[in-house]
Amino acid sequence: MPKITYIENNGSSHTIEVSSGLSVMECAVQNDIPGIDADCGGGMACATCHVYVKEEWFNKLPKKEDGEEDMLDMAYKPNKFSRLSCQVLVSDELDGLIVSIPSKQG
Amino acid sequence: MIKTDTLIIGAGPVGLFCVHQLGIIGLKCEVVDNLDKIGGQCIELYPDKPIYDIPAIPECTGEILTNNLIEQIKVFKTNFHLNERVEEIKKVEKKWFIKTNKGTKFEASSIIIAAGVGSFEPRKFPTKEIEKYEGKQILYSIKDKKIFKGKTVTIFGGGDSALDWAIELSNTSKVILVHRRDEFRGMQANIDKVNQLKEEGKIEVYTKYQLSSVQGKEKVENINIKHEDESTKQVKTDYVLGFFGLIMQLGPITEWGLNLDKKTIPVNTEAFETNKEGIFAIGDICTYSGKLKLILSGFHEGALAARGCFKYAKPDEKYRFEFTTSSKTVKSRLGIKE
Repeated sequence: MPKITYIENNGSSHTIEVSSGLSVMECAVQNDIPGIDADCGGGMACATCHVYVKEEWFNKLPKKEDGEEDMLDMAYKPNKFSRLSCQVLVSDELDGLIVSIPSKQG
Repeated sequence: MIKTDTLIIGAGPVGLFCVHQLGIIGLKCEVVDNLDKIGGQCIELYPDKPIYDIPAIPECTGEILTNNLIEQIKVFKTNFHLNERVEEIKKVEKKWFIKTNKGTKFEASSIIIAAGVGSFEPRKFPTKEIEKYEGKQILYSIKDKKIFKGKTVTIFGGGDSALDWAIELSNTSKVILVHRRDEFRGMQANIDKVNQLKEEGKIEVYTKYQLSSVQGKEKVENINIKHEDESTKQVKTDYVLGFFGLIMQLGPITEWGLNLDKKTIPVNTEAFETNKEGIFAIGDICTYSGKLKLILSGFHEGALAARGCFKYAKPDEKYRFEFTTSSKTVKSRLGIKE
């Protein structure tokens, strides 16, 4: 199973084995990773599952849909490596993915 | 003091259907919502997006769903207290006393929290030092546009609120528009107009920039904006406006002594009652084993919570289950003449 690493804003890191097909947000919520709120439950309607994707991984992810970039306008401190974790689906190709969690969501 | 049987917090689809369920069993209710209109997330987040999983409605938008729910409860002539947020609740003997931020007071035998993920609040700038200017020179909404006349106004955001105000204020103020990326997500007509005003030198536009710091003693004097490439630029400005949409926050609900699980309220599944007697939670805000955040689940939760309210409203009466198809009492409550 692919492994995903979440790095909290305070530096603590969590590496989790994840079944393919779940989103990076769902894995975080199911494993009680702090800092990913996902208020809307994955509907791309709230920007509270915002993460920064590690640079070397960013271009390997499927491209954002328009709606995701629009929601990221509302995220807390977005940068060019920002994604909504509900829109990133885990697959074997993403084994080893590293994402950082912002200090807060909104 | 408004006396009622049940106070509903939240005028989203689940709160609205709960009005219906209370109405047909003969209970009165009042509804409070922090937004300026009825409909909750359906209206605020996705009025035009089609929904496909409302039973017996193959497809409808958030707006149509809301309008149909309003139509369905019209007969009960429910009062909606919009633009108000419930701040305090207090139990005295068997009654709940409720107060909103506008000072409206209610007395009710039960409270149903149908507040989604909390109340909608404007998203703020992430910069810490802005707090002392917020509500003065740093604003998230405009109440009186006259204060900007002849001043420099820096507007942050890429949606229609930001674009609308940039266009509008450019008539009487010096306007600087700042957005974190090159594309704006507003209506094409607004984007075209902003580009035209930029060409004419009436609006300054900086893209790929975000606010990094604010300087000024009593008032805002300068701000620094930071480019994606980390370079910064100082901008002299009198006002700073941020239009980053709304975020949902639980707010005062966390102070009412309710058990909380992250941002949700655990309830039982007999009546969706919380750890506090007479306080129920339904819809996205409640949690229990197997909870699904679906509108249809919220309707079910509302139906049972309404029955749960009955014993508090009418402790001396026994609740009797009745169908809308056959009960004369229910039909008369629905205003149906036979």
